[in-house]
Amino acid sequence: MNPKRMKLEPYLLLLPSTIYLVLFFAWPMIQAFSLAFQTDDGQLTLSHIQRMLNDAAFSEAILTTIKFIILIIPIQFILALVMALLMMEHLRGSNFLVYIYAIPLAVSDLAAGIIWFSIFTERGYLNSFLSALGLIDKPFIFLNYTTPWPIVAVVLAEVWRATSIVFVILVAGLQSIPRDYTEAAEVFGANYLARIRHVILPMLKPSIQVALILRTLLAVQVFAVVLALAGRGVKVLAAEAYRWHGEYRNPHMAAAYAMFILAISLITALFYLRALRSTEQSVL
Amino acid sequence: MAEIRIKGIRKTFGKVKAVWDVDLTVQDREFVVLLGPSGCGKTTLLRCIAGLEQVDGGRIFIGETDVTDLQVRRRRIAMVFQSYAVFPHMNVFDNIGFGLRMQHLPKPEIEERVQATAELLHIEELLERYPAQLSGGQRQRVAVARAIAVQAEVLLMDEPLSNLDALLRLEMRAELKHLLDELNTTVVYVTHDQVEALSMGDRIAVMKGGKFLQIDSPIKIYDHPTDRFIGSFIGNPPMNFLTARLMDKGAFVQVNETKLPIGPEVADRLRATGKDTIWMGIRSENIDPMDVHAEGTLPAHVLVVEPLGSHNLLTAKIGDAIIKVNDHPDSDIRPDQDIWLRLITEKIRWMDKDTGQAIN
Amino acid sequence: MSKTFLPSRLIGRGFTYLTAILIVLWILIPIYLITVAAFTPREMIYDFPKELVPKVFSTDTMRFFLGAYKVLESFRNSVIVAIISVVLSITIGAPAGYALARYAFRGKDVYSIAILSTRAFPVVILSIPLAVTFIRWGMYDSVFSVALLHVAMALPTTILVTSSVFLGVSRELEEAAMTLGCSHLQAVLRVVLPLSLPGLAASAIFTFVLSWNEVFAATILTLFNRTLPALLIVQIDQSPIAYRFAGGFFILIPAVVFMFFIRKYLFTLWGITLK
Repeated sequence: MNPKRMKLEPYLLLLPSTIYLVLFFAWPMIQAFSLAFQTDDGQLTLSHIQRMLNDAAFSEAILTTIKFIILIIPIQFILALVMALLMMEHLRGSNFLVYIYAIPLAVSDLAAGIIWFSIFTERGYLNSFLSALGLIDKPFIFLNYTTPWPIVAVVLAEVWRATSIVFVILVAGLQSIPRDYTEAAEVFGANYLARIRHVILPMLKPSIQVALILRTLLAVQVFAVVLALAGRGVKVLAAEAYRWHGEYRNPHMAAAYAMFILAISLITALFYLRALRSTEQSVL
Repeated sequence: MAEIRIKGIRKTFGKVKAVWDVDLTVQDREFVVLLGPSGCGKTTLLRCIAGLEQVDGGRIFIGETDVTDLQVRRRRIAMVFQSYAVFPHMNVFDNIGFGLRMQHLPKPEIEERVQATAELLHIEELLERYPAQLSGGQRQRVAVARAIAVQAEVLLMDEPLSNLDALLRLEMRAELKHLLDELNTTVVYVTHDQVEALSMGDRIAVMKGGKFLQIDSPIKIYDHPTDRFIGSFIGNPPMNFLTARLMDKGAFVQVNETKLPIGPEVADRLRATGKDTIWMGIRSENIDPMDVHAEGTLPAHVLVVEPLGSHNLLTAKIGDAIIKVNDHPDSDIRPDQDIWLRLITEKIRWMDKDTGQAIN
Repeated sequence: MSKTFLPSRLIGRGFTYLTAILIVLWILIPIYLITVAAFTPREMIYDFPKELVPKVFSTDTMRFFLGAYKVLESFRNSVIVAIISVVLSITIGAPAGYALARYAFRGKDVYSIAILSTRAFPVVILSIPLAVTFIRWGMYDSVFSVALLHVAMALPTTILVTSSVFLGVSRELEEAAMTLGCSHLQAVLRVVLPLSLPGLAASAIFTFVLSWNEVFAATILTLFNRTLPALLIVQIDQSPIAYRFAGGFFILIPAVVFMFFIRKYLFTLWGITLK
């Protein structure tokens, strides 16, 4: 192989992906900016953003998103940590466990929404179950958006669907912690909880960081679950963007919502990176 | 004819000079061992010869051909890798025949040569097996068979025995040496194991920091190291080094309080360096320990006695220096005892105290 | 890790298994319920209370769904989009993954970090400007446009995953092939590719599932040529419950099956935390 060609090879291999991502990733990002901050004739404007901020649905959507983040993420982390620690116990059939625990990874948010709809709908499985127990005599309407129940349903559906991703990231992190450390802690008299708190969690920091960022991003973009479970009763940011684009035919407003989602995504990512800064170099 | 000529080869990785301005000629059918500690550049040099690394400067010739810019497959070399690199998705037969298939040889010929090579390495029973079903030692044999099946003029080996356990390594070393003797190919063999180097090579090229320190026959390398580093790297235990002071215009050297006479010819050489103190190197088997004082002996104090069967290895203290000495297996010398050491004068090697180089 | 969990080893062990099984139930019961719902006869779907253990098995509801307006067409669209996405993301992504796995070159870190950081960007933001652009280019409402966006979403993961797959094939194997007479390309085709095939397949399945599941962009970028999830969601609150249950089950199944095939690669695919 001739030395000059050798040097060129990696760049040639990276070229198609780079071109592709510039065309279909970077360029649309820039386009989104100009859609959100420009009028149709190319003038810079904040009017779309202002209109969005004044939109009644906007504040409602933000509030819902915040509720989701606060409710979903802690439950998911605790559940995922329990699941991940179970994996470390070398249970019998743990290969089967991993597969089952990972199934929701491949379930779409739409499918999850519909699945939980079948549970929470008026003549659904939850009401059937409650009536079988004799707790109710006629179906209770859960998915009524004047009650907090639709939110509960979405939270459960999201916990059900998206805990797996946290689980996988945590297991990957746990596997990279050498057993020696926990065994050393055990020898020095740390009990199980102390080992988790003082050895495992600190060493899992990079994985926790990644999982937190990913989860928050997904929570901000939540869309199909909400639509499937609560219809239009519960407003979320992505659904608003969809509505402005699809129903009101206003790409500027849709882009404004998109920019807003991008902004909080990046801010949360940076926030977690700072808040959980660790000596180890970890990237998204 | 497959002589390998390496002229001024340089290879850097970032700022690290892995191989720096190295010259070497390997004669046709010669067995040259590249020996050195890890990171000395020996594997890099081998990979440069193979064409797996692009050199930053210099030329490499195999036979009459300048192969510096040739692709790996055009260099007519074969190689045995440290990890064996036996293809896991092919059975042993296909592994050994891989190079022959790449040459588009007719099928019957491939079969015949694979069979013959397999027999040479005693793996003819394993041809149908996949690497996952083989032991480490068997995989190693497949790797060697695959390399010699193509009958290349140059065989490159990168620490081929280092992944075997000690006993197997010993067995395979002798077998490999015998096999390579028969094959009459030019061999460049990389190892960090000095025993392997001493036992196998026609010549050893000792490397350190990307350069050659000495290229010589094994016995010369062992007995006449040109550098203090080589003396302390080769041999088990390594060569002892004591500080000696030149006295009476070179008539004596003084180690601690003891004066040792030296021959006039040595004295001339030492005097010519113009230095007062020098390294005095001597191997443990060239020292006689005695439990009584005699003229021209060094007093020492025994710290440890290690019975090794064929001899006892003494660790003793001379002043502040530690020295290793071979003793008879049935000797009475015990730890914490004062002894006197007689050095075999003609086996003493003198090295410059500053540069570490042998004084000739 | 720990052999004793609670004071008594046996109780501890039992408690651990119990927790593990409860979580299994938590995951499987909803899947079970939607399956039961999808195979309940259509006239029984409104029954209350529902049987938790079905007495009647019927494909009536599923047939109703598949026979509904545009469902088969959307199903076909979904498959086409997913296949285009798989082919494009592997052909574009795998070479980049190979470059990251095998070469040291200037700008490698910048490239990897750029690839990783794409994960911090929400898809929503891509679909809206792309919709505008595709309308301008006359490419709006086509399966190909949806696939282009799905590739953009899948490409970063494909690159990272294929790179770790190629890293798993020892470089010495490739070099050995070269010393035995292969050109670099031949060595890749004859040695690296066969050995990395399972990993590449896992990456392909990952992209397939991603594309099959993706709702938002597909909804934004299509009008009449919907993919199945897009078709389902745009009429989710007008459609009969039987249609929804059957649709939910139908889009769920490939995911569960594919998951089974890529279970070995779970941590490579989703557990990426580059050090």
